[in-house]
Amino acid sequence: MLELLSFGPAGWGDEIARGTLVTVALALATLPLGLVAGFAVALGKQSEEASLRAAANVYTTIFRGLPELLTLFLVYFGAQIAVQRVAALVGIESGVEINSFAAGMVALGAVFSSYASEVFLSAFRAIPHGQYEGGHALGLSRWQTMRLVVLPQLVRIALPGLSNLWLILLKDTALVSVIGLSDIIRQTGIAARVTRQAFLFFGVACLVYLALAILSSFAFAAIERWAGRREGAR
Amino acid sequence: MSLAVPAAQAVELPPPLQRRWSRGRLLGHALLGIWGLLGLALVVYLVGAWKAELFARYAPAYLSGLVVTLELVGISVALGALLSLPVAFARMSPRRLLSWPAYGYVYFFRGTPLLAQAFLVYYGLGQFRPQLEAVGLWGFFREAWWCAILAFTLNTAAYQAEIVRGAVESVPRGQWEGAASLGLRRWLTFRKIIAPQALIVALRPYGNEIILMIKGSAIVAIITVYDLMGETRRAFSRTFDFQTYIWAAIIYLVLVEVLRIATDRIERSITRHLRR
Repeated sequence: MLELLSFGPAGWGDEIARGTLVTVALALATLPLGLVAGFAVALGKQSEEASLRAAANVYTTIFRGLPELLTLFLVYFGAQIAVQRVAALVGIESGVEINSFAAGMVALGAVFSSYASEVFLSAFRAIPHGQYEGGHALGLSRWQTMRLVVLPQLVRIALPGLSNLWLILLKDTALVSVIGLSDIIRQTGIAARVTRQAFLFFGVACLVYLALAILSSFAFAAIERWAGRREGAR
Repeated sequence: MSLAVPAAQAVELPPPLQRRWSRGRLLGHALLGIWGLLGLALVVYLVGAWKAELFARYAPAYLSGLVVTLELVGISVALGALLSLPVAFARMSPRRLLSWPAYGYVYFFRGTPLLAQAFLVYYGLGQFRPQLEAVGLWGFFREAWWCAILAFTLNTAAYQAEIVRGAVESVPRGQWEGAASLGLRRWLTFRKIIAPQALIVALRPYGNEIILMIKGSAIVAIITVYDLMGETRRAFSRTFDFQTYIWAAIIYLVLVEVLRIATDRIERSITRHLRR
């Protein structure tokens, strides 16, 4: 059994390791996209402008209401059909394949950002109005107030929620195996089919996800210590 | 003669508030306009792509898929609720022999993807066919449907156990102590005093969990259960018509929105006594 998991031509260890890298890379690539989009949507949601709030709410309603798998298919097949239409207009016969990594990034990023916007929104609400007024009184511009006063506190408040979302994102990347990305699930699936040891390999897949979750929780503990360092110095 | 109004009567009204087209307002309207255009484009697309024979052929399939999705979620959430109670109590127990296995269970099922769990049950246990046949359980594990029910039940039980734990621990200790000083037994205290207060806290997470299960249930399509997603995939693979996915999206969105609104309503009605 250990032979099956060993690295090298006889075992599947290197394939699974490569799959793990793909999973982690996809999650890490989606994270900044989701964070930035989520922050922008949260800004819209806490705006005084009703139309901005409504527009932001439509976004979250859609991407929190759709199953992640369906979002992925919509992006993947939708983009494929769109590209083919455009190519046909230009007059090229194309069998263009959409990159499944990119499709996964967009779909998971949309889902992540709509949940993240809620986390940011509640963090915004936890920051007292006096902080903005204080910034204004010091002569800071709105942008400076946001960057120097609000954002450092916001990050601290939002961190637990965001770390939760990161774990969800890590698990959701498993779906991208369905559209052909060679992540953990796909690699272990191939191994399971070839060796007929499905329980072993899917069990290993679960353990790898668990290990990633544990590693991330260590990382988040470190980030939280770093973000809270000024809190303790007071 | 002077037409001047006496000074005291000349009420100076503040100038009418000008709704200026600030940048935020412009952006908001532009974004709403984009959403509106997208919605309009969607309607135009669906009307243009409408085919009566396609509808006649696949509407019943979608309906049966929807029923399968609802059954799957209903059964596994109900079974999961039953299973979650002992898990939650074991997790809260001061005895490590109880609390550690419960913690491990919850950690495993919350830390791994539902897809991997479904594969582990459906493909993984299929590997033990001779042993399962010997025990007489093969009939159960052969069916993707029952494997999905099993995987989903185990998964949601772990999440629900955490909901129960959070809700029970949110009730102040004084409630337990007060009941004890009145001479109530622990079980009676739990049933009559703790549970009603915990349920108010637990309602929203429960609603969210059901919504998450509905969305998560789409993955059973991959292990060949024909739920709404499965029927959609089948319809798409036969017709290559993108509207099959659009219709599924609309059905899922409506389903989730209805559930969300229902949760809101129930929450409002059971917290009536807390509102001033």
